[in-house]
Order: sequence, then C-alpha cells, then structure tokens
Amino acid sequence: MSLIRTLTAKPWLEQTPEDLPALGRLPMPTARVGLVVFLAVVATLFALLVSAYVMRMSFGDWRPLPALPVLWLNTLVLALGSVALHLSVLGARRGKWTTTRLRFLFGGLCALAFLAGQLVAWRQLDTLGYFVAENPANTFFYLMTALHGLHILGGLVAWERTAVKLWSRSGAAGLQLSVELCATYWHFLLVVWLVLFGVLLADTQGLFVPHMHHGF
Amino acid sequence: MVQTAVIGDERAGVEPEHHEPKSFLTKYIWSQDHKVIAIQYTVTAITVGLIALVMSWMMRMQIGFPYSLGFIDQDRYYQFVTMHGMIMVIYLLTALFLGGFGNYLIPLMVGARDMVFPYVNMLSYWTYLLSVLVLVASFFVPGGPTGAGWTLYPPQAILPGTPGREWGIIMMLVSLVIFVAAFTMGGLNYVTTVLQARTRGMTMMRLPLTVWGIFVSTILGLLAFPALFVSGVMLLLDRVLLTSFFMPSIVSMGEPLGYRGGSPLLFQHLFWFFGHPEVYIVALPAFGIVSDLISTHARKNIFGYRMMVWAILAIGVLSFVVWAHHMYVSGMNPYFGFFFATTTLIIAVPTAIKVYNWVLTLWRGNIHLTVPMLFSLAFIITFVAGGMSGLFLGNVVVDVPLSDTYFVVAHFHMVMGVAPILVVFGGIYHWYPKVTGRLLSDAMGKFHFWVTFLGTFAIFFPMHYLGFVGMPRRYYDFSGINFIPDSAHTLNAFITIAALVVGAAQGVFLFNLVWSAFRGRLAGGNPWRATTLEWQTPETPPGYGNWGPRLPIVHRWAYDFSVPGADEDFLPQNHPPSRETAETAHGRPIAKGTMA
Amino acid sequence: MAVAIVLAALVVGSILFSLLSPWWFTPLASNWGAIDTTLVITFVITGVVFSAVVLFMAYAVFRYRHREGIAASYEPESKRLEMWLTGVTSVGIAAMLAPGLIVWDDYIRVPTGASVVEVVGQQWNWTFRLPGNDGVLGTVDTRRISAENPFGLNPDDPKGKDDLLVNSNELRLPVGRPVKMVLRSVDVLHDFYVPNIRAKMDLVPGMVSYFWFTPERTGTYEILCAELCGVGHSMMRGSVIVVEDEDYQPWLREQPTFAQSPAGTGAGKAMDFAGDLGTGAGRSGAERHGH
Repeated sequence: MSLIRTLTAKPWLEQTPEDLPALGRLPMPTARVGLVVFLAVVATLFALLVSAYVMRMSFGDWRPLPALPVLWLNTLVLALGSVALHLSVLGARRGKWTTTRLRFLFGGLCALAFLAGQLVAWRQLDTLGYFVAENPANTFFYLMTALHGLHILGGLVAWERTAVKLWSRSGAAGLQLSVELCATYWHFLLVVWLVLFGVLLADTQGLFVPHMHHGF
Repeated sequence: MVQTAVIGDERAGVEPEHHEPKSFLTKYIWSQDHKVIAIQYTVTAITVGLIALVMSWMMRMQIGFPYSLGFIDQDRYYQFVTMHGMIMVIYLLTALFLGGFGNYLIPLMVGARDMVFPYVNMLSYWTYLLSVLVLVASFFVPGGPTGAGWTLYPPQAILPGTPGREWGIIMMLVSLVIFVAAFTMGGLNYVTTVLQARTRGMTMMRLPLTVWGIFVSTILGLLAFPALFVSGVMLLLDRVLLTSFFMPSIVSMGEPLGYRGGSPLLFQHLFWFFGHPEVYIVALPAFGIVSDLISTHARKNIFGYRMMVWAILAIGVLSFVVWAHHMYVSGMNPYFGFFFATTTLIIAVPTAIKVYNWVLTLWRGNIHLTVPMLFSLAFIITFVAGGMSGLFLGNVVVDVPLSDTYFVVAHFHMVMGVAPILVVFGGIYHWYPKVTGRLLSDAMGKFHFWVTFLGTFAIFFPMHYLGFVGMPRRYYDFSGINFIPDSAHTLNAFITIAALVVGAAQGVFLFNLVWSAFRGRLAGGNPWRATTLEWQTPETPPGYGNWGPRLPIVHRWAYDFSVPGADEDFLPQNHPPSRETAETAHGRPIAKGTMA
Repeated sequence: MAVAIVLAALVVGSILFSLLSPWWFTPLASNWGAIDTTLVITFVITGVVFSAVVLFMAYAVFRYRHREGIAASYEPESKRLEMWLTGVTSVGIAAMLAPGLIVWDDYIRVPTGASVVEVVGQQWNWTFRLPGNDGVLGTVDTRRISAENPFGLNPDDPKGKDDLLVNSNELRLPVGRPVKMVLRSVDVLHDFYVPNIRAKMDLVPGMVSYFWFTPERTGTYEILCAELCGVGHSMMRGSVIVVEDEDYQPWLREQPTFAQSPAGTGAGKAMDFAGDLGTGAGRSGAERHGH
C-alpha cells in the first residue's frame, strides 16, 4: 500500500537523480481536499451527537418522538436535490450549460424546500406539545435538525455563489469543479440526514431497547 | 527539471489570483498573508496569556499567603482558577502553536507561497479574536466570569453556588463554540496545505518534524474539537432552555429544580473525548519543534526520524482511546478502568521512544548551548518529569489516592503547561531572527531561561509531594485540616514566591522581544546555519509570496547536518546533490563508528 | 560545562528532596496497603528512569559540547538500539501496569458480607444513612427531598422504615469490618475523600456510585470533598471515627430511624416515582454498576 510505502521510506537515502520525486500533492484538486477535510469534521460532529443520543436514551425518562409524515416528504425533497445536483454535474462535464444551470437551480431550491419542511415539522411538534425542554428526545431532535439545517444554509451560500458564476460566466475555469463540490456537499448532507432520520425512526419503533443503567 | 516559476507555482497548487496587497490596512490588518496572520495570532495569544499569568499570581497568593490580598474572596479565587486554566490551554497554547507557529512555519517549511485558502485563514484569526473578546468580556458582566473550573462540569457549572452562573458560563460556552469554528477554519488550511502545497521534491518523509507535529496535532484538533462544540452547545441549552442533557433531578440549596433524568457523566465523556486529545494537540507541535531545535543546535541529524514520525502518528491515534483515564473516580463503570489504564500506559511507549531519540540526537553531537538549545534541554527534563508522574495517574489504582490532589496539578502543569511553554520560548528564540531579521539578546535570553527553567522546576517538583500529603486541589482555604502539617503551608509559601519570580522574569522576555526588534544584532538569512526551507528564503524577513520568482526545489531531508565529506556542517534541503554523491547509487555511505 | 553540572545537580537534588522530604502520605488506616505498594513500585521505577535520562543528557552535554574542530557524527537511525529500547520500556510499563490492574480488580469487587453505609452529599455538607436491622436501604428519589424528608426516602417502601439517618457530618464505623460506601448527591458532583483510607469516589447526582474498604485502625479521620462543588468546596468537611465494636453499638442505637422522623409516618404523595433509586444495599456493587 502506498501509505505504508510512504511512511517506511528512508529519507536520508533517497537520491535525487534527474527525475525528482513526484509533486507533493494528492491526485485531487486542492479545493476538494479542503472539502473532504471539512466533511470529516462535520461527520465527527454528527457522529458524536448520535452517540450522545444513544447514551442519553438509556435513562428511564426517554420518550421517543413520533416520526411525522412530513419528515418522509422532506427526506424525499432532499434526495431529489441531491439527484438534481448530480445530474447538473453530468451536464457540466458535457459542457451543456443550460441544462446544468436548470438542474443546479432545482437542486438548491430542493434544499430550501427541505428547510421549509423542517420548519413545518418543528411547528407540528410544537402544536402536539413536544416542547424543546419537555424531554431529552425532543431536545435532541431540535438540536440535530437545527445543526443539520445550519449546515444546509452554509451550503446554500456556496450554492448561491456558484449559481451567480454559472449565470454570469458559463464555462469559466473551475466552474465545473464548483458544481461538483456543491454536489458532494449535498450528497454528504443527505447521508447525514438519512442517518439522523434513521436513528429517530429506529428509536420510535423501539429498536433500541432503553434500559435503566448508569454504567458508562 | 528546469521549470518556469509560473508552472512551478501552479503545480504547487497556489491560487494564482492572490495579489500582493499594497495598502496598510490590507497588508497588516485584514491580511491574508500567513506570516502576518501568524503574528496576529501570536500577539493575541501572548496578550491573553499574560492575563492568565496574573490570575495565577492571584490564586498563588491566596494559597501561599491566605487572605493577604483582601479582594480575593472565594468567588474571585474560583474565577481565577477557571480562567487561568481555560486561557492557558485553549486560548494561549492551542492558538499559539497552531495559529502562530503553524501559520508561520507550514508554508515556509513545505516550500509554499501561502496557505491554500488564505481568505479562510484570515477569517480564522478574526473569529479567534472574537472568541477572545467574548471571553474577556465575561469579566465585565454581572456576576463575573464562570468559576466552574476549566472542566466546566455540570451540574455545578450552571447552578447557584458557582460564581458566574448568571452570565459568565454562557459567555464562556459561546466563546468556546466560536473558538471551535475559528480553529476549524485554520485547521482546514494547515492540513490541506501540508497535503497539497508541498514544493517539488518535498515528500512527506522529507518534512521537518515540526511540520509533522503540527500536521498531526491539527488532525487531532479537527476530530476532537467537535466534542467540545457538542458538549458546549448541549450545556448551553441546559443552562438557557433548561433542557436535561446533563442534568438529573436536583435539589439545589433546598430548591427543587425542573431538571430530570440527565447524566453528568455524559458530559464528562464528551468533554474528555476532546480534552485528552487536547493534551496532545499542545504536545505534538512541541515534540516536532523541539526535535528540529535539538538537531539544528547539536549539528546532528535527528536520531531515528522514521521512528519519530511513527511515534507521532501512534500517539495521535492512541490519544482517542484514553480519555476516560480522567474519570477513574468519577463513578463511571469501574470495569472501564482496566481498558483505559492499559491504553494509557501503552501510549507511554511511543512517547518514551521520542525522549530516547532526542537524547540520542545529543549523543555524539556538536552541541551549541544556544538559548534555543537550552530551552530544548529544559523541555526534555520537564517533560520527562511530567511524563513520569503521568504513569502514576494513568495507572488506575495509583490514581485513586492522588486524583484531585496537588499531584495532579503538578503533573499537568509540568507535562502540558511548562514543557510546551519552554518549547514556545525555544521556538521564539530560534525563529525570531527569521521573523524580524534580528537576533534576540543572548544575555537577556539566558537570564530568562535560567529563571524560567529552574523556577518552574522549583514550583512544580515539590508540588507533587503536597499531593502525596493529600492536599486537595481547587481549595480556597486549607485552614483547619489537621492532616496537613505546617511545613506544607511553608512549602506553599515558597512555591508562591517562586511563581511570582518566574512570572516577573517573563517581563525580561517581553522587553527582549521589543528591544531586539530595533536594537538586536542583525541576523542575516540563516544565523543558525539550519537546513530547513524557511531559512533559505531570498529575503529575511520573507517577502510576500515567500520565495521570489521561483519556488525552491527540495533535494534532501531536513537533517543533513555534519554529513561526512561535505564542505559545510549542514546541507540545506534545497541544496542540489553534488556530483560525487549523485554517483553513489543508493545514498551516501555512513561514517565509521556510528551506531548504525 | 555549567549546564551539565546543573543538570546533574538537579537529579541529585531531586533524589535528596525525595529522601529527606517530610511530605508523605498520611498514616494508612484501611486495608488499602496494596495501593501504597503499587504506588511505591511506580515511584521507584519512574525515579530511576528520570535520573537515568537526565544524567545521560548531562553527560552528553558535557562530552559533546561544542569545541573548535569537533564534528558531530552522522547516524540516521539504529533499528537494533531502537528495538531494544522499546522492549525495555514495554517491560517497565508492564511491571507498573500489572500490579495496578490486579489491585484495581480488588478495588471494584466488594467482599460479600460488607456492611453498607450511604453517603449523601449536598452543598456543602455530608450526611449518612445506614440500612437498619434488615440490612437493606430503602429506595429514594431526589424529588422527594423536603425539610421533613432530607434524604428523599420513599415512605411507602417498607425496607426504608428502619433506615438510620445520621444527620450530621460525623460517621462512626466499627474497626475491622469491610464496609461498602454507596454514594449519591442531591445537587452537584462531590467526592468522598478520606486521605487515610486512600480510596475515594465521586458522588454524582442522578446515580449511585460506590467503593469499599476495611477500616483497620481506630481513630478520627477527616473527610474532605475532592471534586469542585462550588464556592463552599473547601469548607465541605466531616469526619469518620473508627471505633471498637463496643463503642459502635451505643452510637448506632442513638441514631433515629426513618419511621421515627416526621416524613416517615405518612404515606407517599401520589406521584409517579418510578425513578426511585435503589441503592443496591447489602449486595455486591458489581451487579448494579457493571455490565
């Protein structure tokens, strides 16, 4: 494996003949490396939240939330956005900028619709009496959806900047990369949402067996 | 092989649209230049660190000479304890090593023109400054800053009976959350720059250990700070919205509260999942920097470079599976003790290897006792002393009588307070000539060194024995405790005097920093005759874009000191291979009489 | 030269300091001599390593200090030496860890037949509860705590009726009998810390923690709080008085039972107190706390 080969190289022996060692970089655009590092941080954040969720639920007072139907709709909308951005990337690769733009626009609008849908879910929970501080399950739901929503909002800023470029100077250098990075981010946040939603569903269905313990 | 500068730049991944700023404002204030940002980080961190230093004097006065300063009441005492710890760990050390040293050295050492995302880098500093301002502002809100201890353990942190529970704790948590955002922006840059912007010939295994230390430390930070973020936000919700993440049913001062069902231990797990890697976030850059200082000033290659890199990586990985050794007597599942004691003591092995290799680098060296070298030697001693006491505390059952005593205070100050700070000093004496073009005064430097090193040893070595006696930490008042002999109080008074002296000696250092910037001896480009790239810049201090028209090309590792047959006792990394050595197919022969 | 001398002096000074230091542990009053032994093993090993490393450094600094005409040698690494050092270090680490883990295993296993004492912490004083004749502590809930019922006992639990309430910061224990301390807090974290006993443990609101020991010397020993619990932290004191059995029984008879207290006579309020904490009285702690 190349990582092991890298780490076991004896640097004091390396000769510097005519062909210098390869350039010091990964076979990936720098912006993408930056995004991947950032996504690793965000993934850690949500992983910690989920583990805190699972640890906290084992205490006796946990009352799972209902899985509201609107959440299914939101999931669908977010997935549609992801698909649209993926198609947009395909368009950009073929240089079909008109379709690229439309699909890109649609993808962002889906994310906006998802955020609106999440707000609807919050309103419904509030009406049903699932207040933030009422039960830790509620608090976790509000906290996780809020943090996820904030990340979507951040993504929409990048999306807006890319969209402006798409309309003003189609085909500019780096534009395809920008579209690709947006798509990656969308896919990532979709996966995060699916995990969060999955945890909620499993909890509602009683798949986690809550038991009173103080063991950790 | 011969390339134009433009191609070299593009292939090194530097953003081409990055133009040199001309106005004062864009050059020194809203600067995107990594060197300016590094200085901004350093100055801010040292300034806020001075506040923390003064607070340590205040609390030492109360411990050494109880009630001699009338204004230190219980509330203030705990506020000083808390703010001293929090500032030193997060806002000084983390910010200084990564925001300061990391920002200045990474691009220069890997041969890049700047960080890969300069704009984000600039935002990182301003966000950090905001977090510092929020922190400092908490001194001026009603009730003052939080006095919950730097660990901010709930329920105590947010309940009556703890100073600053009104506003102080809220501002503390908000400040931490902002700091995490700032760190993430900076960290993205450090990691990506090391991965993507190394110049031609700079393989990962040719990186100086300074870069390795900062690189791995940043990765730890990126993965650990989210735990602080999550626990901080959750605690904030418990405080403000009265949620029950960490709060069980509680009767506080006779008043039943609305909380129910939460778990204080959940917070401790999250906090230490961040908190333990944090120790290594501070230690790894120090490990890296000290390796380079020792090698340069002993005119000898670092011994066992590969082992040093592997040890950094091993420590980085292990640091995520030892967190609960801070919780042996926390009431957690006691069976966890077996696991965490074992992992904790295993981490001592790669750490010990690093110590051996530093010492073996001195062996058969040509040791120049410059100020950076003196600080490096002091680091090794202090770090070994602190590491040894860590073996007591990591070994679960030995921790039981010692936990929450002054033994713990002595341990962590030596291992993650004094030891890294000694490296900070060593690093500043070493790189100051590159930053300013002038050397720091040697006489002032030596005075600063001896007082700081011997003074801190005099503070913290005896303090371990107060822990043996059983003196608990975080005590405002020890009066009326019969098992504590009078001699222990005398020792405390001695420690306080030592602390005042060491603190005052830092004034000499600050004066030196300012005085030498104008009056110091001119340094030239490479006063230490060092090999790493930052000393090979065409200008000193390095100009905008660092390298002039052409990026350097790296031909060798960072430790070609005293190479047999070479004219000089050092070969810079960009020194082209000589005809003779190029002809030997597989490396240069190793001199007779070495250990290899 | 001067530097090498200072480094060597530092080692000599540290050793002398350790030998001459009047600052050492309080006299042991419990069965936990094994903790002291493990600590001394660790102390000796780490002391030897510290001295060896620093003396080696001092010698290297002296021997290889810069002089005109000398040159450093060039030695990138030595696999053999590094392997050897790694091996020796691992052995040293194992020599410290193994006894530590063995003693820890004792530490967390409460012997059968240990009597039970509950410690209740609140800002900033200690109180205690003993299980009474039935040997079992009644269930409690923090939300039942009131002026009449400071321990939060469940009045409907028959096991709690005979519990003895020690509403004072002074606890007596009979010498030579193992005791399991079960710990809970009504507000914030505390830590029950008696230096002479060596053992200690946090009190955590919302849960019950424990440790055990056997008092082996009669006498009065100070209780301190060892987990920051607010501004009164350093004033949270108490004492454990270890006495012979003939002095213990009369003290025991003086303590009121829950049934004699104001709250012990009435029935519980009609609330859902499903969350009442059992305190695992009289049984090994492992079944409640371990998994």
